[in-house]
Amino acid sequence: MAGLFSKLKDKLGKTRKGFIEKVEGIFTGAGKIDEDLYEELEEVLIQSDVGVNTTLEIIEMLRKSVKEKKISDPVLLKDEMKEQITLLLGEENPLHFAEKEPTVYLIVGVNGVGKTTTIGKLAKSLQSEGKSVLLAAGDTFRAAASEQLEIWGQRSGVGVIRQSEGADPAAVAYDALQAVKSRNIDVLLIDTAGRLHNKVNLMKELSKIKKVIEREVPSGPHEVLLVLDATTGQNAIQQVKLFQEAVDVTGIILTKLDGTAKGGVVLGIQREAKVPVKLIGIGEGLDDLRPFVPQEFADALFA
Amino acid sequence: MAMFEGLSEKLQATFKRLRGKGKLTEADVTEAMREVRVALLEADVNFKVVKDLVAKIKERAVGHEVMESLTPGQQVIKIVHEEIINLMGANESKLEISPKPPTVIMLVGLQGAGKTTHGAKLAHMLKKQGKQPVLAACDIYRPAAIKQLQVLGEQIKVPVFSLGQDSPVKIAQESIEFARKNGNDTLIIDTAGRLHINEELMDELTNIKEKVEPHEILLVVDAMTGQDAVNVAEAFNQQLGLNGVILSKLDGDTRGGAALSVKAVTGCPIKFAGVGEKIDALEVFHPDRMASRILGMGDVLTLIEKAQQNFDEKKAKEMEEKIRKQEISLEDFLDQIKQLRNMGPLSSVLEMIPGMGKQLKDVQIDENEFNKAEAIIQSMTPEERKKPLVIKDSRKKRIARGSGTTIQDVGKLLKQYEQTKKMMKQLSGMPGMGGGGASSAPKGSKKGKKGKKGGQGKKSPFKLPFPF
Ligand SMILES: Nc1nc2c(ncn2[C@@H]2O[C@H](COP(=O)(O)OP(=O)(O)O)[C@@H](O)[C@H]2O)c(=O)[nH]1
Ligand SMILES: [Mg+2]
Repeated sequence: MAGLFSKLKDKLGKTRKGFIEKVEGIFTGAGKIDEDLYEELEEVLIQSDVGVNTTLEIIEMLRKSVKEKKISDPVLLKDEMKEQITLLLGEENPLHFAEKEPTVYLIVGVNGVGKTTTIGKLAKSLQSEGKSVLLAAGDTFRAAASEQLEIWGQRSGVGVIRQSEGADPAAVAYDALQAVKSRNIDVLLIDTAGRLHNKVNLMKELSKIKKVIEREVPSGPHEVLLVLDATTGQNAIQQVKLFQEAVDVTGIILTKLDGTAKGGVVLGIQREAKVPVKLIGIGEGLDDLRPFVPQEFADALFA
Repeated sequence: MAMFEGLSEKLQATFKRLRGKGKLTEADVTEAMREVRVALLEADVNFKVVKDLVAKIKERAVGHEVMESLTPGQQVIKIVHEEIINLMGANESKLEISPKPPTVIMLVGLQGAGKTTHGAKLAHMLKKQGKQPVLAACDIYRPAAIKQLQVLGEQIKVPVFSLGQDSPVKIAQESIEFARKNGNDTLIIDTAGRLHINEELMDELTNIKEKVEPHEILLVVDAMTGQDAVNVAEAFNQQLGLNGVILSKLDGDTRGGAALSVKAVTGCPIKFAGVGEKIDALEVFHPDRMASRILGMGDVLTLIEKAQQNFDEKKAKEMEEKIRKQEISLEDFLDQIKQLRNMGPLSSVLEMIPGMGKQLKDVQIDENEFNKAEAIIQSMTPEERKKPLVIKDSRKKRIARGSGTTIQDVGKLLKQYEQTKKMMKQLSGMPGMGGGGASSAPKGSKKGKKGKKGGQGKKSPFKLPFPF
């Protein structure tokens, strides 16, 4: 926990500082728990993209437990709030691996959220756990997307299966699945082109890729990971729902938490879709991928 | 989930008990403002921006005379809409063109916002307007970013200036020389995505700015951005002094409140909107329409304009006549499909119809179905198109083969055609044939219960003479 914190704090600049001081002020400045304090808490949550409805619900829960536990100290209120949020986020939820190799992960999400970068980082981290990894360049649409993945592959010395631009992504996945089977590779990470969740045909294309995986590795895919940009607002909920409909998302990777956005929308997501957050991205480097720890996330909201 | 419900619907409900006319009271307005606040926040307008806006609207609304033709709810909507347009700006804004070429445009923004794609789209748009643009590849950090720009440049036949991984400041500087030497009148500089709190990289942008003195520094902002949009826009604006904004990924289903936030904190106009992944999916930004979208009121204006552009008046008249007499043929059916398709992706057309926005969340429009329908009708003989009743099994088989579909597909289309005809019977009895038609896409099967109810009941301020 300390690790992430210092890392995050390292990366914080002036914009964030003002905000932190302000929030600290809420809890240490005020002498007693009153309506103003609740209102300010509401403000903090909304400004972290938690969303109006979820915010009101959290505040309601807080009021209830304040009453029940007879809390009167604003500082304790802060801890209580974090606890509520941690509870809402559920348990830590590590990646799932196949009982018998290969493990196959499908990575999906809208355009520009960080799918390819995350795959690069994840490849490195799996490799450092002693696993052999292969990448599949399933983004055959965006210009130079395969080249981008290939460079990430080189950075950690991991192979990349690719075809030419415009090729059928399901065919790339098929090739890669054959390759992991014949080469006895432990984990296959399949990249996909970014797509907006309201594009029906593109979502169907994803389902097709998933079917190919299911056919070739019947126990897979072992994770379908939706990459979410932490700067996204309430639309993220819609993203989760529609991707879930198309490919049964099993986990979320929340990227760009090194910025000033807090990614509070994942709280709303827990209320509405119940997809656990598994990993977070905190930079553009090879090592900037971390497990998602609910407690830490709650702390960061009020950091 | 109580996803965003149309604000107009909510306000109407709030004011239901208020039948009488007269002045808006403070209590009425306060209640209405609660809904407005929630609506704006759910649309991702920044908290502080909402606060200011609501205060302003409230001040204006209390004591306001309710116009003869409006209900109190509508009156409040009108004020809200006007104030948002006030903030958004009412008019489109153009690019600054330098009298002394090249005009230099610099694109900046966070990672993944869409700078590279929009650089190419902009170049393509300018080229179509007769300009001779060149692109400069200053993103030396993201793997294969230069290659991406080069591939796009090749696609649109626009030169790309690059010095590999050399310093971005130097690349920008030399790209001006390149433009001058090669007679390029517009230079578009693509820069790497960066966090607004990364001082080193923000300083790099200032250095580029000082060396090339761009005429336009445009911030590319993802339309799905949440509350943080204000921090980002403010930081880039303070560092560089922005001239405008490009709002990307507006073809999604986000309400796009970030547009309002960014405008409010920078004062910069939003000049363009990205509406798709294709290279020509770039539009001049219409602030007034965005105001309606954020409020969930249906982008009526866009629809009207598009309809006007694409719909031949005379044909419309003929069609109305036919609808009245209920003698529409499959030929007309095909015509209508083509008309609709000319207006852009069907989902975006339907989204612009008031009351449809919400339903679209549940209704999936499948463009494939339209392709199929077109192919099927095109495989019919003229006689079959005029009198679909003659199409029996053997003809169905032939048509299916000719259009690369199945007999079931042909049967389904014929059924939809019959349903459409039936629906016209109802429609022809309705004055103005409003949005009613819009809810029953030929997709029929998937339109869902909600679609029916909302679509037909709603009165639409304009005529929409489409059978579906
Ligand atoms: N600051 C920051 N940038 C990131 C992070 N993850 C990805 N990016 C950047 O976001 C941009 C888009 O990433 P990319 O992987 O190409 O997105 P994709 O389109 O989803 O594959 C790139 O510039 C990445 O370097 C992160 O955790 N933090
Ligand atoms: Mg990618």
